[in-house]
Amino acid sequence: MMGIDPITLIVALITVSTPVLLAAIGELVVEKTGVLNLGVEGMMITGAVMGFVVAVNTGSPTLGFLAGMASGMALSLIFGVLTQLLLSNQVATGLALTLFGLGLSALLGVGYPGSTPPVVSDPFPAAMAEIPVIGPILFGHSLVIYLSVLLVAAVWYVLGYTKMGLIIRAVGENHDAAHALGYKVIRIRLMAIMFGGACAGLGGAFLSIVRVQNWVDGMTAGAGWIALALVVFASWKPWRALLGAYLFGGVTALQLRLQAAGIDIPVEILAMSPYVITIVVLVIMSSDKSRTALNAPAALGKVFHATG
Amino acid sequence: MKTLTKIMAVSALSLGLAAPALAQDDPTQVGFIYVGSIGDLGWTYEHDRARLAVEEHFGDAVETSYVENVPEGADAERVLTQMALSGADLIFTTSFGYMDPTNAVAERFPNVRFEHATGYRRDHPNVSTYSARFYEGRAVMGHIAGHMTESNIVGYIASFPIPEVIRGINSAFIHAREVNPDVEFRIVWAYTWFDPAVEADAAQALIDQGADVIMQHTDSTAPMTVLAEAGAFGFGQASDMYQFAPAPRISAIIDDWAPYYIARTQAVMDGTWESTDTWDGIGPGMVGIGEMTDAIPEEVRASAQALQAAIAAGDYHPFTGPLNRQDGSAWLAEGEVADDGTLLGMNFYVEGITGDVPN
Repeated sequence: MMGIDPITLIVALITVSTPVLLAAIGELVVEKTGVLNLGVEGMMITGAVMGFVVAVNTGSPTLGFLAGMASGMALSLIFGVLTQLLLSNQVATGLALTLFGLGLSALLGVGYPGSTPPVVSDPFPAAMAEIPVIGPILFGHSLVIYLSVLLVAAVWYVLGYTKMGLIIRAVGENHDAAHALGYKVIRIRLMAIMFGGACAGLGGAFLSIVRVQNWVDGMTAGAGWIALALVVFASWKPWRALLGAYLFGGVTALQLRLQAAGIDIPVEILAMSPYVITIVVLVIMSSDKSRTALNAPAALGKVFHATG
Repeated sequence: MKTLTKIMAVSALSLGLAAPALAQDDPTQVGFIYVGSIGDLGWTYEHDRARLAVEEHFGDAVETSYVENVPEGADAERVLTQMALSGADLIFTTSFGYMDPTNAVAERFPNVRFEHATGYRRDHPNVSTYSARFYEGRAVMGHIAGHMTESNIVGYIASFPIPEVIRGINSAFIHAREVNPDVEFRIVWAYTWFDPAVEADAAQALIDQGADVIMQHTDSTAPMTVLAEAGAFGFGQASDMYQFAPAPRISAIIDDWAPYYIARTQAVMDGTWESTDTWDGIGPGMVGIGEMTDAIPEEVRASAQALQAAIAAGDYHPFTGPLNRQDGSAWLAEGEVADDGTLLGMNFYVEGITGDVPN
């Protein structure tokens, strides 16, 4: 009976986690401006199909990733216009966006299942990936994975240490006060929503072009919802979102490896463990009212209508 | 959304055709509900190909409709009711989990005929069940896998611990061991029929554990991509998956439902339809074996084809004794053949497989 190789496990968990991490970090910024977009799943799957279609047709994974981002952004703009300009309910609009995205992607992807996307080249030379232990963990990934970590760092820095971050947080905490100070609440929110859409789209494109290398209907299979849960899990803190995503991906990758290694543990418990952990964390978070209240943006999900 | 339009179109149509003068010439309405999407290139894709074959065979005499991605459970009952209400004469419910909804709706619509795939409950005279002896195909795949593995580790991506899946694992294992006494099976339960990301991860996990041939009982082509990268071999599942030939896909188990669907539709049109239980294998053509590619050595191809021919002719049953259960207790004596009842309820591994069947 073979043990589990920690190196391949870490490599796998990073790949498994990245789509969810990208979507979560985008949604985190959106929620920081006080907008709850439940359409992450819809934007991810649209990004997945558009990224795949463009990558297959142009032979360029980079164009595929850009197309994934653009399509996620386009979809988020629909949400933005409806909720910010036409003041529709954010929860209902977000849910509708998910349904719309799932339907649209199925339509756009007709004829593509089974196509082979171009191979994504890694940014580091293959020799570096062969360095024992750290090689495969640090240097063996595609560019998007490094980008996702950089993105987390950038969001952490911008939100915490820049004027722009301060404005974003102000809009999310009290949109009336921000408005009174002269900040363009709607414009800021629209930009955040589009950023969130681009991140979700990129996450979807990563899923179809890199992780699965195929397009199949409904392939995100709930990843967008996990991303939403992760934002709460992370209590709107970027590095915690990274931790949460890797933890989630780690459990997923680990349970498959434990099974493959023939280690005798009840697999149904392992298979559901990522979801159970998510639920437990959500329950713990929400039971402590003061802490959640401290961390959740105060204006989250509230409609802003400028008066006067 | 497109399926909703379809339902609406079907119901509008059936209302329009309700005019008495036309009653005689009504095209026979055949409905299908699918657990996955028709683009899965696996299980649902093959059911839909069979639906299209029905359309082609009967032309204007038959109209078909389908709803894809129907969850197993209460939603299925709703979709079935809607289909029955909108005038379907015959409905195929193409997943094991539709068993209870199918029988529940069948009770309320005694004039509609229901055909439930892979189930065993026929509570009402208007319910039939049908399935394919996929384990016959698994025997051939297992034979090839036993020959092809160099690490002597064969990975198996399983879906749910139901008899259908366990039977497949046992059949594949018996025939892999027969040609390679050192072969070991590593089984990963994905707890899904269709989730490309999980299936790809499972394939990667098995490869990381040393497997160089992987069999799958899940429906997407995602594991194939992983196998291609790792230089490992696999088999098309439910559908040919020929776009991955000559390697990693070296052969395939193909479900061919078209002859059955055409025959049952014909029976409804002729008024000869009866509740039946069909379980066909390689012989009658319900289970097809995909082309064995050049990646398989010629003598292995020959022996695999001989095995396939023996099963098709009925000369050989994949579960022929002597066979023991996993715990070493005797199951089948020398020359004894498993009866269908045991096979349909199979919940144990045969001797040699490690690990437990999850409950």
